[in-house]
Amino acid sequence: MSEDLTGLAYLVAAICFILALRGLSSPETARRGNLIGIVGMIVAIGTTLASPHVLSYSWILGGIVIGGAIGTIIALKIQMTALPQLVAAFHSLVGLAAVFIATATLYAPDAYGIGSVGSILTASLIEMSIGTFIGAITFTGSIVAFAKLQGLVSGAPLVFPGQHLLNAVLGLASIALIAWFSTTESYQAYWLIVALALILGFLIILPIGGADMPVVVSMLNSYSGWAACGIGFTLGNTLLIITGALVGSSGAILSYIMCKGMNRSFFSVILGGFGTEEGAAAESTGDKTVRQGSAEDASFIMQNAGKVIVVPGYGMAVAQAQHALREMGDVLKAAGVEVSYAIHPVAGRMPGHMNVLLAEANVPYDEVFELEEINHEFSTADVVYVIGANDVTNPAAKTDPNSPIYGMPILDVEKAQTVLFVKRSMSSGYAGVDNELFFRDNTMMLFGDAKKMTEEILHSLG
Amino acid sequence: MDPTKIMQATETAAASAATGSLISLVTVFVLAVFVGYYVVWNVTAALHSPLMSVTNAISSVIIVGALIAAGPTDVNFSKIMGFLAVILASVNIFGGFIVSQRMLQMFRKKG
Repeated sequence: MSEDLTGLAYLVAAICFILALRGLSSPETARRGNLIGIVGMIVAIGTTLASPHVLSYSWILGGIVIGGAIGTIIALKIQMTALPQLVAAFHSLVGLAAVFIATATLYAPDAYGIGSVGSILTASLIEMSIGTFIGAITFTGSIVAFAKLQGLVSGAPLVFPGQHLLNAVLGLASIALIAWFSTTESYQAYWLIVALALILGFLIILPIGGADMPVVVSMLNSYSGWAACGIGFTLGNTLLIITGALVGSSGAILSYIMCKGMNRSFFSVILGGFGTEEGAAAESTGDKTVRQGSAEDASFIMQNAGKVIVVPGYGMAVAQAQHALREMGDVLKAAGVEVSYAIHPVAGRMPGHMNVLLAEANVPYDEVFELEEINHEFSTADVVYVIGANDVTNPAAKTDPNSPIYGMPILDVEKAQTVLFVKRSMSSGYAGVDNELFFRDNTMMLFGDAKKMTEEILHSLG
Repeated sequence: MDPTKIMQATETAAASAATGSLISLVTVFVLAVFVGYYVVWNVTAALHSPLMSVTNAISSVIIVGALIAAGPTDVNFSKIMGFLAVILASVNIFGGFIVSQRMLQMFRKKG
């Protein structure tokens, strides 16, 4: 294949990838978009295999078969609730692959036409080291994120004194090493860069707590894109640069949206240490009383309602309550009740997590609404059913300037006639803040497991 | 002509070609960031999870670099690195696209 033809085919692949993302603007076009993405990938791989650089196919085919089989099995078996950790694991693979490729170019630069061993172009060395640096950070960072999401390590932020100083020193050392490497092409410097970046990846993600995971997962998504860009620059390959830039900006935008959903700056999330999994014990409960209800009470109230809005949160995912929830919605709809779902931008552990779980349970997507779309409707709702969410409904975000979550956009559930709160106990939410909503007259607490409670309500409805 | 001079001339030419192509690569990069910015803001919030898995799948296009490393006939360190990278990227490509398709299949309208 000639150079020009190869370039043209890569352009086609790049356009396919852009169209794949474009398709995601609506659920109707999204499936086709994904297929176009697959076509783009086939074009990219086919073109490269046909290039004169590739002479032996046995290893390559072996690698694709092994990797493809593993990927296919995982993708078919994975439960939708485990999606965030799956995505984190996938990001780590992109990061590690970037490190391997950068290493391969360093040890055999002639295959890529960027010089020969000992006299690689300086620009290529800089690009190579940046690519491998970001790749290695993505790799270990994603492993930590995976371990936190999977519950292998505590989701609580891990903070120790001198942490930021240590990160800063390691960061500066890396810059010095990149300078050393790109002027000398020293293998020693290269492996030191890799080692430092691997350590940095651990250190950057460890202090970030569980509920900040939507930001972390988006951020690592972005990093994996920039790593691809770095490799693209090293190889002078425009397809990799375009794709890397698309992925990088996509992840950056998602991080921004998630931060805005929590009213926190990107840097405060990265610096970490926010919130504890346990939360501060609700000390001020002494003089206040809560109204506690049973599944029968809840079903009675909902049956007689005209309009019910469901607010799902991470607790719904943990309890796997989405199917029971949809059945409850079906019964209510059959009884003439209007049912809709309200999703907070940071509900769950990754962007759009709740939407996927509801879709999995066959909730039609036109019954599911984002915060801006539905927030004005709470005042006309008879019942709000909050299942597994807490902080995103806390009115203190609007009224109490001293609250750690002050300024965060919240769902105005308190405006509804009745708020039904499914919760395991009175413990506070992730941010460690008391939710005054529990003590309001129009709130009824339903203590218990989200799935069990919903099933009981379903039972007494039927 | 003196061989060293030819060498020097070739090197200068290579260097200027490299810098010239660096500018065009940066141009491509910046334009692609803009395209990404506008395309991604158009993605509906409901599909943010599929967006992550699709972008994850397409970022594995770095397999292109791995294929070139794994391509030569003689076995050396680079080829092994390339081979490992081919495996990792393939896990992502297959896994990413399939899980995206699975997710997207679930988004259905009323009725």
